[in-house]
Amino acid sequence: MKVLVAVKRVIDPYVRVRVAEDGSGVITKNAKMAMNPFDEIALEQAIQLKEAGIATQIIIAAIGNDNTQETLRKGLAMGADKAIHVNTNSALQPLAVAKVLHKIVSDEQPQLILLGKQSISGDNNQTGQMLAALLDWPQATFISDLAIEADIATVCREIDGGLETLSLTLPAVMTADLRLNEPRYASLPSIMKAKNKPLSVLTLEDLKLTLKDTYKVTTVSPPVARTPGVILKDVATLIDKLKHEAKVLS
Amino acid sequence: MSVIILAEHNHGHCHPNTLHTITAAQQLAAKVDVLVVGFQCQSVADELRLIEGVNSVLLADSQCYNNQLAEPVAKLLHNHAVHYTYLLAPASTFGKNIMPRVAAMLDVHQVSDITAIKDAQTFVRPIYAGNALETVQCTDEKKVLTIRSTAFALAKQGSQQAACVTIDDVIDWQKTRFIKQTLTKLERPELGVADVVVSGGRGLQNAENFKLLEQLAGKLNAAIGASRAAVDAGFVPNDYQVGQTGKVVAPRLYFAIGISGAIQHIAGMKDSKVIVAINQDEDAAIFNYADYGLVGDLFEIVPELIKALS
Repeated sequence: MKVLVAVKRVIDPYVRVRVAEDGSGVITKNAKMAMNPFDEIALEQAIQLKEAGIATQIIIAAIGNDNTQETLRKGLAMGADKAIHVNTNSALQPLAVAKVLHKIVSDEQPQLILLGKQSISGDNNQTGQMLAALLDWPQATFISDLAIEADIATVCREIDGGLETLSLTLPAVMTADLRLNEPRYASLPSIMKAKNKPLSVLTLEDLKLTLKDTYKVTTVSPPVARTPGVILKDVATLIDKLKHEAKVLS
Repeated sequence: MSVIILAEHNHGHCHPNTLHTITAAQQLAAKVDVLVVGFQCQSVADELRLIEGVNSVLLADSQCYNNQLAEPVAKLLHNHAVHYTYLLAPASTFGKNIMPRVAAMLDVHQVSDITAIKDAQTFVRPIYAGNALETVQCTDEKKVLTIRSTAFALAKQGSQQAACVTIDDVIDWQKTRFIKQTLTKLERPELGVADVVVSGGRGLQNAENFKLLEQLAGKLNAAIGASRAAVDAGFVPNDYQVGQTGKVVAPRLYFAIGISGAIQHIAGMKDSKVIVAINQDEDAAIFNYADYGLVGDLFEIVPELIKALS
């Protein structure tokens, strides 16, 4: 079974995000970048399926500028077999990303598509669901467990207030939540080996896609900053402040 | 212009999220319809008919919607989208699961997790776990939006009863089967929606000491959270994690206890109304975000706090 994993290159989750003063966006220049943590979990799941003899080939795909290849090489080092880079300098919205992935799916014919539930940059939480709709495939979002037997996948989903178990007939699209697994680190030998794994580069023109421009980010602003508060002398003062000043305790 | 809201409910009652979404919808159009999809859920429709600002309730009550699976529900909403300019749902796991599917079927974008509506096509939403706010202009003919509940007030009961229209569409979808749902019987409120959250960090030193936080949470009817450091150290399970890669919370009152204030954690809690930090390191970054701070040994301060609240 072929598995496609879609990954996004984002600002490293441990780096402080700074907003450009002109409101044009978040400053990514010189920022440390990483594979989106949820996508990393999706990739780890694919690798575990391969180790279990269920997946036969793992393809990772990413959309972005030239530097995106660094993220794809990391994925290859973790254990993906081949990478597809859709090279563009435009920031694509989830609908466009889903359309690009739809094209890749038509070419590659995977039985399973794994993605992170959302990127930690755009926080949209849309791409997997949109891709599933375009393909008219079943979907399982926010999964924390996956078992596959023949063409049936049993998944556990993290929903508000609990868990839900579904069974899906493959092919299907799934999005990974935090608890699905702990992604591995790539070993040095595998990093070296990844340099020789196939990585193909496509452009949006190659995919013959006309994308809509009906979604425009007009400004990006920092959130209202919190003003540092006061250090109090004891518990009694705290209780008093919470009751009478902040009025959050009765 | 008109709005249709996909109602979140548990077949017995409508979820408060739906009522927050109704308030947001009223800012967009005068005509707000609510779609209730499920099986044997007339009571939900009846509840919603009484809410102020609801024009009519559409009820799709059929066994095929019993478990509110994304695929059939999305198809149903898509079937009825033609009459509406806006399609809304709460930005909960329920709405997030279904709405992007509807948007893609309509070949339109979705604007996720809206915290403010500027005009008919301009919306504000948090990105980077709330570390930045994005203003988006969406000019698609139909707009699919999910609404962050904490940003809009709860719609109230009105004095009139809206019409209830029955929808007979039956959608056959065999590729997904529901097996079971396990809802956590919580002794405490759910972390994501709790009014008060008590979180612990590495300063708690071990899993055993988290019991201290449980006592405090008990007094405050609070949910318990943790920093990533505490989760990684194995003090508590992963689902306690508040932070950029964990849960994003915005309670009325947040206690950060023995938490240094890593960016990761701040991103998950800085929209809380009032933040209290307890830490022995007076230079800890958490004090830059806290409204009230206590510097000292948490193993002395927390028991004192518990006593004072008793």
